Amino acid sequence: MSKERIKISPDLYDIMPSDYQDLVQSATYGKEDRGWKDIGTSKELIEQHSLCAGCPESMAFRYILASLPNPEDTVMVGSTGCTSLVFPMVAVHNIHSLFGNQNAIASGLKRALSVRFPDRVKDVVVLAGDGATVDIGLDMTLQAWFRQEKFTTICFDNELYANTGGQESGLMQKGFVAKMAPVGKLFDKVRLPEIARESGCHYVVNCTVSKPSLVEKVIRNSVLIAREIGPTYIQLYTPCILEIGKNSMEGLQEMRDSEKPTERFAYKEYVSEPAKQLLAELAAKDKERKAAAKQLAGKA
Amino acid sequence: MTQYRVLPGPEHFLPPAAASMGIYLPNPGEAHINGVIVPEEKAYEEAARQFLSAQVPTIFPGPLVLWAWNEKAAKKAAAVRSLFETLKECVQPGQKPMLIPMPDYRPKYPKINPEVEINPNHPNLTIWHNKIDCCMFIGVHCHQANLSLKIIRGGTSCYTVAMCAQAGHEDAMLSFRDATVEKILKLGEWIRKLKGTVKPRLAAAKTGASN
Repeated sequence: MSKERIKISPDLYDIMPSDYQDLVQSATYGKEDRGWKDIGTSKELIEQHSLCAGCPESMAFRYILASLPNPEDTVMVGSTGCTSLVFPMVAVHNIHSLFGNQNAIASGLKRALSVRFPDRVKDVVVLAGDGATVDIGLDMTLQAWFRQEKFTTICFDNELYANTGGQESGLMQKGFVAKMAPVGKLFDKVRLPEIARESGCHYVVNCTVSKPSLVEKVIRNSVLIAREIGPTYIQLYTPCILEIGKNSMEGLQEMRDSEKPTERFAYKEYVSEPAKQLLAELAAKDKERKAAAKQLAGKA
Repeated sequence: MTQYRVLPGPEHFLPPAAASMGIYLPNPGEAHINGVIVPEEKAYEEAARQFLSAQVPTIFPGPLVLWAWNEKAAKKAAAVRSLFETLKECVQPGQKPMLIPMPDYRPKYPKINPEVEINPNHPNLTIWHNKIDCCMFIGVHCHQANLSLKIIRGGTSCYTVAMCAQAGHEDAMLSFRDATVEKILKLGEWIRKLKGTVKPRLAAAKTGASN
């Protein structure tokens, strides 16, 4: 893991746009302890995004991209939705799938990468909205989990179809009235985290993106577990402030309100036994590495 | 035999793929000019003439040479730079050679800055903005080059040259194939050879900025 593969040809360095020079010079590709705290001091892997001002999804994107353990060898698979507006601005390989097909695409991709690069760790991360994950793409989502495909599925749950004007989605809460769902949702929010657990996911988390440290931990764990053991699923509440009638500055508070212990986005985590064991091993290795680094720094 | 010729546009909004109009690719040792197969030597001369007569002759290096994926890519980049320096030396006052990168293929709406980069999904913006009337693609993956060359032919009057490392491009007005460092440098030699013999199209001339 390093920047070896993103070197600019020296003879043409001066004509490269500054965005690319910055990516090569100060992005955190190859940095072992990369995380959200690098934001502000290094080049982020997301350029200007094209989402609405104050959109919590943009925060989620920034935290996720800062937390990927292996961005230079990660391929993200997206689907139609607000997320697909952002991917052109992301400096990580990505594929835009047909709506709902993202987990099927990721399955084939992960298998192909394993064959093509047997000696290199390649991570695949699906990132799609709730319509693609739970409604139109539910078949592909579940089948990938049943097959124990080794990749992470992240769902940006904004509880409706946001960029088409606010239609009802399976993850919308019961009784909610949206612009294009005037009667109100008649049935409960689909309990996909529980379904994920029962479908064979080894790590399942349901939370908001109000706490960057938590998002970092969750994303890192989910990618590392998917790499070694099997499918993982993360459901992140990224409210659409336009569709729920909030202002740009109110997205964070909306998430905080929704993660209280009795609310629908109270932190929920499921870790399978093999995943627990892996996390414990990784934590022990990390501790050893940090102690060695500290010792080395002391000597220096 | 086809009557269709690959000529500077603007052809129309959706120009046909030249291959669908009967234009075929050259064999090794050959090139094509406007869709007509010619010996490679003739193509060097014509490409050099086009560069020397253009008001804003421009080289568009793509990801395959901009990024040092391997030693060969870095060497090609050095050759591209050398070609550009030669071009700068050989043009006359009033001509403005440019070297504009195509770093990747992301559809960067609405962020594209046509002064500093070109994007294959809307290459016409960079050509219009800089009034480019002759350009050469090098180091661009074939499928993206074909897309761009068609858009350019459709919406601008820019003359397009492809220095292709594979089998060439029907959609360029002039295409080399099997590009190597030596071939890039040879084009530079031809530009030097024809220096001062070609009259540039200056201010009053038609530019790439066709509306």
